[in-house]
Amino acid sequence: MKVKMKVNGTMYERDVEPRMLLVHFLRDELGLTGTKIGCDTSQCGACTIHMNGRALKSCTCLAVQADGADITTIEGMAQNGDLHPMQESFWENHGLQCGYCTPGMIMTTTAFLKDHPNPTEAEIRHSLEGNMCRCTGYHNIVKAVKAVAAANAGGD
Amino acid sequence: MAVVGTPVKRTEDPRLITGEAKYLEDIHLPGMVHAAILRSPHAHARITSINTAKAAAQPGVLAVFTGQDFADLPALPCAWQAGGVTNHVNTPRVLEIDKVTFTGAGIAVVIAENRYIAEDAIQLIEVDYEVLPAVVDAEKATQPGAPQLHENAPDNIVMEWECGSADGTAQALQAADVVVRQRLVNQRLIPTSMEPRGTIAQFLPATGEFTVWVTSQAPHVMRLLMTAFVFGIPETKMRVISPQIGGGFGAKIFLYPEYCLIAALSKKIGRPVKWMESRSENYVATTHGRDHITEIEVGAKQDGTITALKVHTYANLGGVLSTIAPGIPTTLYGRMLSGAYKIPHIYCHVSGVYTNTGMVDAYRGAGRPEATYVVERAVDLVAHKLGMDPVAVRRKNFVQPNDFPYDPVGILNGLKYDSGDYDKTLDRALEMVGYDRLRQEQAQARQQGRYLGIGLSSYIEICGVAPSAWIGLKGEGWGAGLWESANVRVHLTGKVVVTTGSQSHGQGHETSVAQVVADELGMPMSDVIVQHSDTLGTPFGYGTYGSRSTAVGTVAVHRSLQRIKDKAKLIGAHMLEAAPEDVVYEDGKVHVKGSPDQAKTIQEIAGAAALAYDLPAGVEPFLDDTSYYDPPNCTYPFGTHICVVEIDPETGQIDIKRYIAVDDVGKVINPMIVDGQVHGGIAQGVGQALWESAVYDDNGQLVSGSLLDYALPRADLLPSFELDRTETPSPVNPMGVKGAGETGTIAATPAVVNAVVDALSPLGVTHIDMPLTPRKIWQIIDAHSNGGD
Repeated sequence: MKVKMKVNGTMYERDVEPRMLLVHFLRDELGLTGTKIGCDTSQCGACTIHMNGRALKSCTCLAVQADGADITTIEGMAQNGDLHPMQESFWENHGLQCGYCTPGMIMTTTAFLKDHPNPTEAEIRHSLEGNMCRCTGYHNIVKAVKAVAAANAGGD
Repeated sequence: MAVVGTPVKRTEDPRLITGEAKYLEDIHLPGMVHAAILRSPHAHARITSINTAKAAAQPGVLAVFTGQDFADLPALPCAWQAGGVTNHVNTPRVLEIDKVTFTGAGIAVVIAENRYIAEDAIQLIEVDYEVLPAVVDAEKATQPGAPQLHENAPDNIVMEWECGSADGTAQALQAADVVVRQRLVNQRLIPTSMEPRGTIAQFLPATGEFTVWVTSQAPHVMRLLMTAFVFGIPETKMRVISPQIGGGFGAKIFLYPEYCLIAALSKKIGRPVKWMESRSENYVATTHGRDHITEIEVGAKQDGTITALKVHTYANLGGVLSTIAPGIPTTLYGRMLSGAYKIPHIYCHVSGVYTNTGMVDAYRGAGRPEATYVVERAVDLVAHKLGMDPVAVRRKNFVQPNDFPYDPVGILNGLKYDSGDYDKTLDRALEMVGYDRLRQEQAQARQQGRYLGIGLSSYIEICGVAPSAWIGLKGEGWGAGLWESANVRVHLTGKVVVTTGSQSHGQGHETSVAQVVADELGMPMSDVIVQHSDTLGTPFGYGTYGSRSTAVGTVAVHRSLQRIKDKAKLIGAHMLEAAPEDVVYEDGKVHVKGSPDQAKTIQEIAGAAALAYDLPAGVEPFLDDTSYYDPPNCTYPFGTHICVVEIDPETGQIDIKRYIAVDDVGKVINPMIVDGQVHGGIAQGVGQALWESAVYDDNGQLVSGSLLDYALPRADLLPSFELDRTETPSPVNPMGVKGAGETGTIAATPAVVNAVVDALSPLGVTHIDMPLTPRKIWQIIDAHSNGGD
């Protein structure tokens, strides 16, 4: 089946099997391997991307379902060589170790902050329920998200 | 300005936060084909026939192979057998041929143009099994009448291993004022690195060379084991590369059947072959950890002095042995049973057992969490029995600062604890938590019917596992030495390339090693690059596990740096027309003693050394040095963790109100990285205490076979952690470092369990087996309130 979608600002058109998952489309068809696969039951969140501005686990969506969508992956987060503030904050706060869950974490938390600009720690932790990290104990991920929220709130 | 000891941001992060890093699954080679493996659905069965015709006929399928096609390859090696005793060894084959001993054992493989086709085709392979009775419990597997897994292992015993004095301990227990007996189940866990395992192999017929990409914590060991022990080819015919690795936690140390299978297939097929594990496969086919059933007897005097500890453990090692399986519950467990305490009599007997379950091997902490759980539960049981504060019992028995080097009554087989001040970390942790006030709060809470608990864990561990003469075949049974290596080159431009045999998969070696180089040579970190994980370009190393990459690997780097500086002084003195004994190396320069202005920078010297127009007589060109460092002892980090919990009696839910960790890992190179290691370790330790458990049913089916069923800790279940540390340098190595990768996991589990037991102690509870699920806790509270009314 033909699918057409905008990914990180570029339009792509491909002919794919109807059963192809969006995550495989992004990784195998477009070569955008920053999006990771960590499970086969949609628990881990490593494959989280933005579809039309909302966080989505790209393993829960067929490529054909994303026809016409506007997709952003981790590769599209830095703009003109400048890291996204969330990327900076993960780096600054040691919010990653092995890095495998990190693209999904960054995509989930950036989408979350859009809707919750001033979250409590409990709200941040709740928002990460669908993203698993085995390295950090989440401590510094939470810290990284808090730091971005604080900076967005006016840097005071 | 010194960078060692400061929280430098990691140099590896830019590629990780942008998605640029290439993990195994991200690598695509021209002409590459994909493998999918058919795995046994039965835990114990004979394979009576396999029909692959339908699968092989599928469009897009290149070939289907079964175990018979690899009958010429030997079973995989078991590189660490329990020292000093007979081991009845059975290891996996590339694909099993006629019998399987656990659910998930590989029996056939499909090669196809893409993974979708390969996965579809394995469903079409027809296998007839004669299903045999299964046993999954290590204790039951040793009982008369239990199903027998292997002909060479009567009663399913892998090995019977012991340490310490049986007679002395028995006598001391008889003479003790009190003796506490307890059965402790340390449940099976699934390591669950977020990246599963995988491998890609390419064979070039013209040269007869393999290139193997593999998700390994130990690429050099992979090459050694595959070439010398499986394929019988020279090591020089294989290059092994660990690309970016998404966590390991021990489970990526080992040589697995799939790695050999895919390499063999790349030769048979003549195209590069890729295999990437799914999470479901990961859960059945990658090693698990822990799984001990232990009986302890601990003796003490009325004043709280512990006089004896006797331990028997059934260690479940699975259906076949993984690469270093028998070494974990022996060397890294039994020998650590003195903990932070002077216990005059210790005896440990470990029965390693085959069961119809997945392989069990090192998982973060590897033996030490199990030992610490025994010791820290034992201390609390003694405190409870004597009506003493658990803090007082710990203090009463601590090894004291002037006792070092301390020999824990011979159970370390000749090694001694290096250094420590156990009261200091305990004091700091008590101060941070406000212990006395908290105990008062607890007393008030109890009057209100609230369940508030405080749990301590004053652990020690063994890191930097190495001394070859100790760990090797003649001592602890490891089939090699355990030194590490490094090469340091200062290029003509003054830029430094370090290559190391260690393997970084989240630990940040590229940063911490560069910090050491920057300080030693006196140059910016940006002038240093640290390369690892490719057998082609790095010296041999045993890999990264056992918190040994700093205490062994980075010390090798440090050694080379001293020799680089020595050579720089020779060349610098020559350039300054001074005698070598009249110059010093300081702040990146060689200068004449007392005249800092008469100096040559390391960059100038490196240039001179590389150009070599004018070198002192007898000095070779280039600043280049390789070290092989084999330390004289392991290192012994320690600390105290305190967990404060409150239990909701209505739901059994445990709320971790505070978690304090005060660790001493020796000298710290990057406190940010060390804190991160501790955070992650604590989460895994808490995970074991409260949620995680690999559950097999009686037929050997893994019930917790996916992330849907296995309760991995999530962000909303954990608190933020409160950390501090003391710094007691290790005298073992010139850097004073110990190791920090596993302390959190080792300390956290008993701290949490002790807290929950403390919370429920008014109900008469003295022990609960993990995981402490809300259901289990609610049932205890409910039984008490019903029974009490």
